[in-house]
Amino acid sequence: FEISKWNQYVGFATLPNQVHRKSVKKGFDFTLMVAGESGMGKSTLVNSLFLTDLYKDRKLLNAEERINQTVEIIKHTVDIEEKGVKLKLTIVDTPGFGDAVNNNECWKPITDYIDQQFEQYFRDESGLNRKNIQDNRVHCCLYFIPPFGHGLRPVDVEFMKALHEKVNVVPLIAKADCLTPSEIKKLKDRVRDEIERFGIKVYQFPECDSDEDEEFKQLDKELKECCPFAVIGSNTVVEARGQRVRGRLYPWGIVEVENQSHCDFVKLRNILIRSHMHDLKDVTCDMHYENYRAQCIQDMTRFLFILHAVVKLTQDNRMESPIPMLPLPTPDVETDRLIKMKDEELARMQEMLNKMQQQIHDGKDQ
Amino acid sequence: MSESIVPPEVRPKPAVPAKPPHVAAPSPTAPHGPSGLGGGGSTLLGYIGIDTIIEQMRKKTMKAGFDFNIMIVGHSGLGKSTLVNTLFKSQVSRWSSGWGGEHKIPKTVEIKAVSHVIEEGGVKMKLTVIDTPGFGDQINNENCWDPISKYINEQYEKFLKEEVNIARKKRIPDTRVHCCLYFISPTGHSLRQLDIEFMKHLSRVVNIIPVIAKSDTMTPDEKNEFKHRVRKELETHGIEYYPQNEFDDDMEDKNENDKIREAMPFAVVGSDKEFQVNGKRVLGRKTAWGVVEVENPNHCEFALLRDFLIRSHLQDLKEVTHNIHYETYRARRLNDNGGLHPISANNTQESNL
Repeated sequence: FEISKWNQYVGFATLPNQVHRKSVKKGFDFTLMVAGESGMGKSTLVNSLFLTDLYKDRKLLNAEERINQTVEIIKHTVDIEEKGVKLKLTIVDTPGFGDAVNNNECWKPITDYIDQQFEQYFRDESGLNRKNIQDNRVHCCLYFIPPFGHGLRPVDVEFMKALHEKVNVVPLIAKADCLTPSEIKKLKDRVRDEIERFGIKVYQFPECDSDEDEEFKQLDKELKECCPFAVIGSNTVVEARGQRVRGRLYPWGIVEVENQSHCDFVKLRNILIRSHMHDLKDVTCDMHYENYRAQCIQDMTRFLFILHAVVKLTQDNRMESPIPMLPLPTPDVETDRLIKMKDEELARMQEMLNKMQQQIHDGKDQ
Repeated sequence: MSESIVPPEVRPKPAVPAKPPHVAAPSPTAPHGPSGLGGGGSTLLGYIGIDTIIEQMRKKTMKAGFDFNIMIVGHSGLGKSTLVNTLFKSQVSRWSSGWGGEHKIPKTVEIKAVSHVIEEGGVKMKLTVIDTPGFGDQINNENCWDPISKYINEQYEKFLKEEVNIARKKRIPDTRVHCCLYFISPTGHSLRQLDIEFMKHLSRVVNIIPVIAKSDTMTPDEKNEFKHRVRKELETHGIEYYPQNEFDDDMEDKNENDKIREAMPFAVVGSDKEFQVNGKRVLGRKTAWGVVEVENPNHCEFALLRDFLIRSHLQDLKEVTHNIHYETYRARRLNDNGGLHPISANNTQESNL
């Protein structure tokens, strides 16, 4: 028999294109959090990255107004379309962080917010109608380190440690135009050193595929060694070297935002938007969210386990329960199954305990 | 016997002060009326020479030397040490060149005083730079100004004890803080809460000169806006920085000081490295897009700060500290104690502050 040549081609190689077309139709979403003290240029950088003006109507508070301000969480959403691809971008701002005299636990509202988004997603995912789940989970957190220091300050270390297992933390050196090239290098080395020393798990760029070409691998290596990125932002256009570029005009020269020898803005933009946006989302889903979920389930079952143990205890000893009965969370299929599992485990342990008690009792009698 | 007219002694005019215009120049030839003294005597209605006392004072103070104590406050990394080194053109702060040493943030605010004697034009100055590492660097900075306040008051107490002694030293060693340079972080927005708290607590105790650190991070427009906002906030909170309004002696002082007050806080940049710009060697910072020249008034206000601090108001800073801040402290102590008794030199009583 004959095997027609053109029947060899099945055609599923077009799958990536089909996925691509569907995603383009659906559009993408991305949630970016920016954190750091006020005056670090966060808003300017966000505007520069996405060529928007998200903070048009912002009013800057003066010091008196900020005296009793606690850390707030403010969301700005903007829809950006480029070459037919739609992006729903959400910027989560954290005004008030690190601005007070006493900044103890000033990151708590931020970690609470991240957890809340996880919790909401968890609930949605476990629910019945999963077609239109809104993904508000934070995919990346840009943390702005002041360029004025000699490395990480206590508040920087504590913040990043509180967040590194909940979100992709990308540390940046803000307002890098006030540092000379050698100062930037020293600061970067110092920060990298301290990140390792304090065990802070910042976002790691994934390894290159072994089949990528040398040039790509070289670029990738440079990128990784450039961390933390020293950035400058600007939305004003200035004239430099005969061209109109985005930059900052000083009496002694012009800083060009997109000039790679001036700052790492281009590298950051490429990483964030052009190459690693999807990876950031994946890591959020596969690692941070799953960690949260596992922890959540573990906490829930542990809670129920203790509850059941207490109930059993009070039943056995006919004592007044010292602990008030707490209302159980709304049971759903998953939880019920786990409860049953734990019940069986409890029963087994109770049986073992009885056996042991019997043995001791017998031993005493002899 | 013919009188030989001895020309009146013409003393060499002192270099520094100008003679007041109403005194006529001594004339070596014309006798002015009756001369009771043999020859000369014509100077009685002419030039006396009281103004030369200034020259005498100058000579004495040059011999004795000056003491100047400057405190630098601000959180870590704002270029405090570099600025002080640039101001006095010597390595006078703890760190010889910015990033040289191990910059570990101490857990509490420490007070570290380092003294150097620097000399210029025959004038010797014992400069003490008091650094305050750890200020504003912790997560919880409440009351982090207490150690600083305590130090300042302790110096006043030391001076007071010496003054009140029966057997007083000829020149009481002056360790009082004459000037406190407070470094504001150039956020471009406004003052931070800690800035306000510190200056509120200490502006009545010591001369505070706020400066905007590392100002090469702001463009000229941003700088002006920031300065304006900072001045307004200082005014709103009733913070009197040096030169204080209430201590202006006369109109001339007031006009001069008004101009300075309007220009403060000075936005400064410090550097101890030199670069070649347009054929000249200048102090500056070299970046990929240009050289920030420290002494160029178009780039930053370092020159203004230096002239103000060192070339015109150095002595005034000391006087305000002595005549006003110290006196306030002294009055308070005397009132509290119902009068201090002269303490013998061996008394090691602790201050009850």
